[in-house]
Amino acid sequence: MSTFWSCYIIVITVAMLAGCLWLLFANSRGKPGESTGHVWDDDLREFNNPLPRWWLNLFVLTVVFAAGYLVFYPGLGNLGGRLGWTSTKQMQENLDRITQRRRAAFAALAGKDIPALAQDPAARSLGHAVFLNNCAGCHGADARGAVGFPNLADNDWLFGGSPEAIVETITHGRQAAMPPIGAGLSAEAVQTLVDFVPFWSDPGLDAAKREAGMKQFALTCAACHGADGKGNQALGAPNLTDDIWLFRGGREGVRETIMHGRQGMMPAHENILSPDEIRVVASYVYGLSHGAQAGPPGQP
Amino acid sequence: MDQSSAVVRYEDAVVRKFAVMTVVWGIVGMLVGVVIAAQLLWPQLNFDIPWLTYSRLRPLHTNAVIFAFGGSALFASAYWCVQRTSRAPLFLPKLAEFTFWGWQAIIVAAAVTLPLGITQGKEYAELEWPIDIAIAVVWVAYAVVFFGTIAKRTVSHIYVANWFFGSFILAVALLHIVNSAAIPVSLWKSYSAYSGATDAMVQWWYGHNAVGFFLTAGFLGMMYYFVPKQIGKPIYSYRLSVVHFWALIAVYMWAGPHHLHYTALPDWVQSLGMVFSLVLLAPSWGGMINGIMTLSGAWDKLRTDPIVKFLIVSLSFYGMSTFEGPMMSIKTVNALSHYTDWGIGHVHSGALGWVAMISIGSMYALIPRAFGLPGMYSTKAINLHFWLATVGTVMYITAMWSAGLMQGLMWRATEADGTLTYSFVESLKATYPFYAVRLAGGVVFFSGMLVMAWNVVRTIKTPAVRAVPGAAGAAA
Repeated sequence: MSTFWSCYIIVITVAMLAGCLWLLFANSRGKPGESTGHVWDDDLREFNNPLPRWWLNLFVLTVVFAAGYLVFYPGLGNLGGRLGWTSTKQMQENLDRITQRRRAAFAALAGKDIPALAQDPAARSLGHAVFLNNCAGCHGADARGAVGFPNLADNDWLFGGSPEAIVETITHGRQAAMPPIGAGLSAEAVQTLVDFVPFWSDPGLDAAKREAGMKQFALTCAACHGADGKGNQALGAPNLTDDIWLFRGGREGVRETIMHGRQGMMPAHENILSPDEIRVVASYVYGLSHGAQAGPPGQP
Repeated sequence: MDQSSAVVRYEDAVVRKFAVMTVVWGIVGMLVGVVIAAQLLWPQLNFDIPWLTYSRLRPLHTNAVIFAFGGSALFASAYWCVQRTSRAPLFLPKLAEFTFWGWQAIIVAAAVTLPLGITQGKEYAELEWPIDIAIAVVWVAYAVVFFGTIAKRTVSHIYVANWFFGSFILAVALLHIVNSAAIPVSLWKSYSAYSGATDAMVQWWYGHNAVGFFLTAGFLGMMYYFVPKQIGKPIYSYRLSVVHFWALIAVYMWAGPHHLHYTALPDWVQSLGMVFSLVLLAPSWGGMINGIMTLSGAWDKLRTDPIVKFLIVSLSFYGMSTFEGPMMSIKTVNALSHYTDWGIGHVHSGALGWVAMISIGSMYALIPRAFGLPGMYSTKAINLHFWLATVGTVMYITAMWSAGLMQGLMWRATEADGTLTYSFVESLKATYPFYAVRLAGGVVFFSGMLVMAWNVVRTIKTPAVRAVPGAAGAAA
C-alpha cells in the first residue's frame, strides 16, 4: 500500500473514532423529561431525555477498545501494530504445532509393517482419521463403497489386497477401463453374454445358456477377465464369477456395461498425503478385511 | 383529531397496495423458506427438477423475504409516514404508483430468473444486470417521491423516522449501484466489474450494509413512527435519536469485512471491520432503548394491545441480534461461528424477530387506518399471530445456535496426533435433529402469516367508517 493510501486510512479511521466521541459528548447533557416541543401528525411528540449513562459508558468503552486494538494489531494502514501479529504468522504457528504432534505420533509407529500396524490401536486411530477426511467421500464412512466405488471391507480386490498393492493404489492411483465392446458385437452375441455373465455363480443356470455364454465369453471377454472369469488384478479386471458387482449387476447392469463400457478411476494421493499417512491409511484399509471393524478403535 | 388530515388529502392508494402485497410476499417468501428447510432434512424433495433444487430456491427465499416482503413493508410505511409527518401529500403520486408496479415487476422477474438458475452469484445481489438496472430506476423514483414530499412539507422539523427512511433510501441506491456494476456478455449473463479480494470486499460492503440500511435503518424508521403512534406517548429521547442515528449510519459502512475474517482480505481491513462492528453495538442499542423506553409508564399496553407486543418484542430481538452480531465479528469467536448454522440463527433472530415482527406489528397498525377502519377485524387473531411468531422464532434460532456451536466444535476437533476427529459428513448427520426443530419453528412462524392473511382479508372487506383518501368514491 502506498504511503498516501496508508495515511488516508489512518486519518479517516482516527477521525471516525474521534467523531464518535465528539458526537457523544456534544449531546451528553440534558434534563430528564424535558420535551422538544415539536409535534407531528397530531400526536407524535418527543421528550429530550439525557443519554442513558450506562449506554454512554458502553459506547465510550467500545471506542476505547477499538483504539487500543488498533495500537496492538494491524489496522491503521501500513502500521502493523505493536504485537507484530499477522494472520499468516498465526496460521504458520498452528501448523507447526500440529506438524510437531503428528511427527511424534508417526515416530512411535516407525519400523512396524502394515499387518502389525493394522492391529495397533494408535495406528488405527490415525488411519481412521485420514480415511474419513480423504477416502470416505467415495468409499463411504464405513468403507463399504457405492456403485462404481469398491467396497474395501470385503477382501475382494480389483488391483490386489496385499499391503504393497494397497500402498501402490493409494500412492499412484489406478485406472481401469472396460471398453464398450457391445458396439462391435451382434445383438445375439450381447444377449448371450447378458444371459450368462450375471448368473455365473448360480448353479441353477440353464446348461445350454452356460455353454453358449462360455463360448462367447472366451471370444470377447477372456482376454482381460481370464478364461475362468476370475479377473486380472494387473488390469483391474474384476472377477465375474462371484456375486460382487462394482457397477450394477443383473441383466440390465451387465448389458449397460457391455454396451457403454465403464471407467474406473482411483486418484493418486502422493501429492496429498505424506508417506506416513499413506502407510497408516493403508494399514487401516488392510485391517478392515483382516479382522478389524470400520471406525475408530474401541468402537463396536 | 382528524382535522389536519381533512385539510391535507394524503395519497394512500399506493400505501394500501404495498401493505397488501407485504402480506402476500411474506407468505410466498416464508413458504419457500419452509420448503428449503424441509429439503435440508429430505433432499429428495427437489424431485430431481433443476428449478426446485435448494441452490436455486435459497436465493429466491432470501430475495422474496428481504426485498419483496420487507421492501413492500418499507415502501408502504415510508409513504404513509412521510406524508403525515410532513403534512403534505406524496410528491408526484403517479411516480409513486410507478414504484409500486415497477417493484412488483422486479419481484416477478426475480421469481422467474432465480429458479431458472440465472444469477450473478453475489449473495443478496443475485439478480442479473437487466433487473439490476430496473431496480436502480425504481429506487431513484422512490427517492424522488420521498425527498420531494419532504421538500414540500408544511412543518418545519423533519421527523426522526424520516431521517432513517431517507438514509435507507440513499444508502441502498449507493450500495446497489456500486456492487451491481458488471460487464454484460449476454442478456442474462454478466461478470462483476471487480475481481478477487476486491470483489469479495465490495460484495460484503454491500452485503452488510444491506443489513444495516435495508434491514435496520429502514425498519427503525418504521419503529420511530409506529411505536409512539401505537403507544400514544412521546419518543423517549430526541437527543438519543440524534446520536444513535449519526453513529449508526457512519459506523455501519465500516463493518463489512467481518464477513471475510481469515480470508485473503488484508489483515488491516479485517481488523477495521472487527473494531467498528464492536463500536456499532451502542448505536444499535440506541434505537432499541428509544423504542422500549417510549413505553415507559404505559407497560400495561403489553398486556392489552397485541400490536404493542409485536413492536416491543421485535425491539428486544433487535437488541439481542445486535449484541450477537458484534460478538460474532470478534475474530476468535468468528473462527468458531463462521460457515456454521450459527450464522443462519443470527440472521433469523434479526429477520424473524426484528424485521418480520416490526413489519407485522406496523402493518396491523397501518392497514385498518389506511382502509378507514378503527382497527383490525380480529384482535384475538393478532394475539394468536404474536404467539405463533414468537414461539416460531425462538424454536428456529435456538435450534440453529445449537447446531452452529456443535458444527464449529466438531470441525475444529483434532486428535492428540493432530488429525481431524470428525469428517464433514459426521457433523452433517449430527445436525439433522436441529434441522427438524428449525423446520418446525419455520412452519409455526409461517402459520402465523396465514392467520394474518385471514385477518387482513376480513378487515379489508369491512365497509370503511371514515372517508379513505385516494379510494374510488371517496373523491367527493
